[in-house]
Amino acid sequence: MAATETIRVAAPTRRSRLAERGVDRTLLLLAPAVVLLVAMFAYPFLYGLQLSLRPQEGGGLLANYRAFFADSFESGTILKTLRLAVPATAFNVLASIPIAYFMRRPFRGKRLLTAILVVPVTLGTVLVAEGLLRYLGPRGWFNRTLLELGVLDEPLRLVHNYWGVLFSLIITGFPFAFLLILSYMSGIDPTLERAAATLGAGPWQRFRRITLPLLAPGLATTAVLCFVLAFAVFPSASLVGQPSGSTRVLSIAAYHAAFEDYDYSMGSAIAMIMGAVELAVIGLLLGARSQLYKGPSTGGKG
Amino acid sequence: MVDELRLEGVTRRFGDQVALDGFDLEIRGGEFIALLGPSGCGKTTALNCLAGLLPLSGGSIWLDDERIDGLPPERRGFGMVFQNYALFPHLSVRRNVAFGLAMHGVAKQEAADRVEQVLDLVGLQPHAEKYPAQLSGGQQQRVAIARAVVMEPSLLLMDEPLSNLDAKLRLEMRTEIRRLHQQLSLTTVYVTHDQEEALSLADRLVLLRDGVVEQVGPPEELYPQPASAYVAGFMGYRNLLEMEAENGAANDQVSVGAKGISLRGTDRRDGGGRRVICAIRPEDLRPGDGPNRIDARVVVAEYRGQELAIEAMTEQGTALHVLTTERLVPGDTVTLSADPERVLVFDAEEAGDGGH
Repeated sequence: MAATETIRVAAPTRRSRLAERGVDRTLLLLAPAVVLLVAMFAYPFLYGLQLSLRPQEGGGLLANYRAFFADSFESGTILKTLRLAVPATAFNVLASIPIAYFMRRPFRGKRLLTAILVVPVTLGTVLVAEGLLRYLGPRGWFNRTLLELGVLDEPLRLVHNYWGVLFSLIITGFPFAFLLILSYMSGIDPTLERAAATLGAGPWQRFRRITLPLLAPGLATTAVLCFVLAFAVFPSASLVGQPSGSTRVLSIAAYHAAFEDYDYSMGSAIAMIMGAVELAVIGLLLGARSQLYKGPSTGGKG
Repeated sequence: MVDELRLEGVTRRFGDQVALDGFDLEIRGGEFIALLGPSGCGKTTALNCLAGLLPLSGGSIWLDDERIDGLPPERRGFGMVFQNYALFPHLSVRRNVAFGLAMHGVAKQEAADRVEQVLDLVGLQPHAEKYPAQLSGGQQQRVAIARAVVMEPSLLLMDEPLSNLDAKLRLEMRTEIRRLHQQLSLTTVYVTHDQEEALSLADRLVLLRDGVVEQVGPPEELYPQPASAYVAGFMGYRNLLEMEAENGAANDQVSVGAKGISLRGTDRRDGGGRRVICAIRPEDLRPGDGPNRIDARVVVAEYRGQELAIEAMTEQGTALHVLTTERLVPGDTVTLSADPERVLVFDAEEAGDGGH
C-alpha cells in the first residue's frame, strides 16, 4: 500500500473534546439552580461567616468563638442539642425498621395504618406542641388516667422539660423516617428472602443476612436527614421544653444572641458552630455508609 | 437420597380462584420431572407449594413417610432456582454459593471445599470474587444453580430458569442442566412453558391445564401419543382443525371433514362424538399426492435453513402450517397429503388452542 494513502482525521475541536467529557451546552440548564444555591445558601453562609469573625466587642477574629467555648452555659448547648437530636434520630430510625419490614407485604388496612403513621408530619410543630401540653401536662389525660388508676402518686413531669421536646421530635420526625425507610424497604426484591429461606435461613437470619445489609445504606441516609431535622429543633424546644435550661439548644442560643442581646456577630458564630457540629455528625454517618454495600438491591435480571 | 416424593390432592386457592386443583404426583428419587403448561396453568403454584413458599389449601406432600407440607421452606432442605435468579446482590459469587452451607452450620473447611467443587462444576471459578451485578445473565444463572446444588438437596426445584436468557445461551444452559443432572442425579422438578425444553430435559412430563393434570408420561410417550388436542397443541401439532366426524370408524380410523376438507385419521376419541379436533404436525403435511389430499395456496414462506415453514390457505379459508424442503413461494398452489396414522382425531370439548 502506498505510503501517501494516509487517512486524514480532522483534529477534534475544542467543543467536541469537552463534550466527550460531558461538558456541553446542556449544562446551562443547571444555571438557575446554581444561581439559587449561591443566592440562598452560599452568600448567607459566607456573610454569616465573615460577620462571626468581626466581634462587636472587638478582641480579634476568634473572640466570639473563644467566648462561646469559655462560657460553659453557652458551650453546653452543643451537648444539650446532641442529647435531643441523637436519641430522637436513633429512635425514629430504629422504630421504623420493624414496622416497615412487616408492611412490605399487602394486608387489609395497610393504607389506613400508613395514613395514621404519617399524619403527624402534616400537623406542624406548634399543633403537636399544643397537643402534647394537653395530653402529657400535669393535668393532662395521661397523668390523670395514671393517677386515677393509682399507678402514680403525683403527676409525672413530661412537658416543659427534656422529655417534652424529645416526644415532640419523635412525633414529627418518625413519619418522615418511616416513609423513607418504607420506600427503601420496598426497593428490596422480596424473592431474595424467599431464596434465603429455601437455603435454610430462618426469619431472623433472613432479616439479618439479607434485608438488613441491603437496607443499611438507606438507613444511614435516613439517619442523616432525621438528624438534620432534629438538630435544628427550635419551636418545640421553646414551646414544650425548658428554653432557658435543659432544652436550651444551639438554635435558641443563637436566637438569644442575635435577637435579644442584639449581637449579630455572636449569633452568627453560634450558627457556624451549629453547622460544624452537624457536619461532623453527618460526616461520621456518611463515612459509615461508605463502608457498606451500595449496589443494586435486586438479585439479577428479571 | 429420597426414594419417593408424593403429592396427594395438592390444592391451592387464591380467593375463589383455584390455581391448583387436586394435584397428584409421585416423583421417584433421581427423576427429572418437567411441569409444562401455559402461564396461569398452576405450574409455578405447584412449585411454590413444594418449596414451602405457599401454604396448601388442601392435600398433602410426603417425603417417603414424612409429611412435609406443614414445614417452613427453611426446614424442607429443598434447593430452588428462581426465574430471576434471586442472587444476593451484596455477596460475592463465592459467598452466595456458601450461604446455604453457613445457614446449615456446615464446618468452615468442609463448606469451603464443597463451594470450590461446585464452582468448578459450573465453571465459575474465575468469577468467584465478583458480585452478581458484574456477571452476565448466563453466569448469574450458573451461580443460582450452584447455590442450590451445593446443598445436595433432596429435591431441586427450578422455576423457568432459562426464560431470561437469549436463544443461544438457552440451548447451552439446557445441555448444562442435563449434564449436571446426569452427573449429580438430583431429583428435580422443572417448571417451563417451553415444550422443547421439557422434552429435551425431563424423564417425565406433567402437562397442566387450569390447575389440573392433563397428561403425565415420559417424552417418548407424550410426543407421539398426546392424550388430547390440548396436549397435542403442546407437542408440536400446530394444525388443530375443528371438524365433524362421519359415522362408522374402522381399524381405529375415522373419517372427518369440514369446509371442503375431508380426512381420514387415527381415532383418539373417548366416545364417538361428532365434533372433533383434527391434529396434524406441520412436518406431516407433505406437498405431493397421497392419502388425505388438501389443495391450498401458499400465503407465507419462512426460511428455516434446511426447510421452509409455510402457511397455506385452502379455498374455504382454513389456514395450514406446513414444514417442507420444497422451495415454494407465496402464490404457489400446492397439493398436500398426510398419512392417516399421523392425523389424530380428538374429542372437540378438549378444544382450544394448545396454549401457545
